[in-house]
Amino acid sequence: MGLLNLFAKSAPTLLRLPTGSFTVDREGKVLSGTLPSSFPAPVVRDIARQVLATFSEAAAAQLPLAELIIHYPSLKITARELRGGAIVFLAPKAPASPMSRGNSLLL
Amino acid sequence: MERRPRILLADDDPDLLELYREMLAQLPGQPEIHTAVGGARALTMLETEPYQVLICDLKMPKLDGLQVLAIVRRKYPDLRTVALTAEVDEQFRSRAYALGVDLFWTKPATEHETRLFLECVASLLGRETEVGFRGVQTRSLMDIVQMECLSRSSAVLRITNGALGGKIWIQDGELVDAEAPGLEGEAAFHRILSWKAGNFEMLPAEPSRPRQIYKPYNALLLESAQALDEAYAGLAAADAPPPPPSPLAQVSRVEGVEFVLALPADAPGEHAARGLENPERMAAWTRQSLERFRALGDHLGAGALDRIEGFGPQRHVALTTQGATEFCVGWKNTLAPDEVREQMQKVLALWAS
Repeated sequence: MGLLNLFAKSAPTLLRLPTGSFTVDREGKVLSGTLPSSFPAPVVRDIARQVLATFSEAAAAQLPLAELIIHYPSLKITARELRGGAIVFLAPKAPASPMSRGNSLLL
Repeated sequence: MERRPRILLADDDPDLLELYREMLAQLPGQPEIHTAVGGARALTMLETEPYQVLICDLKMPKLDGLQVLAIVRRKYPDLRTVALTAEVDEQFRSRAYALGVDLFWTKPATEHETRLFLECVASLLGRETEVGFRGVQTRSLMDIVQMECLSRSSAVLRITNGALGGKIWIQDGELVDAEAPGLEGEAAFHRILSWKAGNFEMLPAEPSRPRQIYKPYNALLLESAQALDEAYAGLAAADAPPPPPSPLAQVSRVEGVEFVLALPADAPGEHAARGLENPERMAAWTRQSLERFRALGDHLGAGALDRIEGFGPQRHVALTTQGATEFCVGWKNTLAPDEVREQMQKVLALWAS
């Protein structure tokens, strides 16, 4: 049944969530990192920008923070404040458990 | 005249879209098949017309399938979604399910796979949208428990309701134990059955789980059903004890809590707070932070934002959303991160109850 092999195609690559870290200065400039080069630099800068903004706005709201942890189902972002900049760790999460049947319900 | 169901197909390859269109046109009910070249176009079409099912390729330029599905899940929670990929990759599969897709399907390459794929799409089209288990069949949690018990199954049913989580242990068709935040055994079972919505997973059986429930499953289900009926009908009001303190007051009594801020998601200017002298600034920061990292999660295809935790020299803080309410809870800085997490679960359980 070769006809439907048409389905396979080599097209744009999906963004794979990486494991690694990077440091960013107070201006949002990424200084160093261990993220794979395949992870786009604009995305790294975007993460850095959001983290720095959250730290600075928290301080402005009288809530100085030294560490932020952002939890998603597939990713954990940990950011530690470094003299106005930050070191940011990205850690993809493994599937929580084997799912034999799933998944959402409305009771 | 009954309206034909509508399916939206999104892929960056027009040839494949045409092929899919022909395949899906064979489905019973003769659904209307609409196509979108690319994710951005699909989002535009969803805004203008209602659809029952979105079938979305994962690998697309500019806006990839995971990003599209993240946005769609949030904006159109009733829309059934199917993620398609030509490449089997466990990370993408788990991320797609974390986003809440109904089906993750490797692009069919054989006649048999094509037939199965069509059957699954037909099944999605046939499901009611109002109630039931998404991705499986239209059944309530009571039905599922009953089904597992009647079939003498052994499994662990894990249910999540927003930030709340619970488990029901079934062994050889008997209810063995249940666990909900702060509750165990029968009380936990009734609490879980009282939840109105959520997600569930079937986990492998745990035969070594100590038994805490001894009543027959049908008696427990009957009790739960009666309690729910009474709650709905307001019959319990006559014997009810004096009204408890407001949820916010209860939450602020949880050990370690310094302040609580509750923000209705649909009313940007409003908030309720305890323990804060100037809640407006904190409310603005909470909303901005949740919105910012929600958008980042969509962009990364990492799934819906679960929570944000902040640790500082003066106090810690935890931000999350439960139902239609956004929360910012301040914690004493003597609490360890794990304790903040644990106590935050209690706060959310109290709020939900």
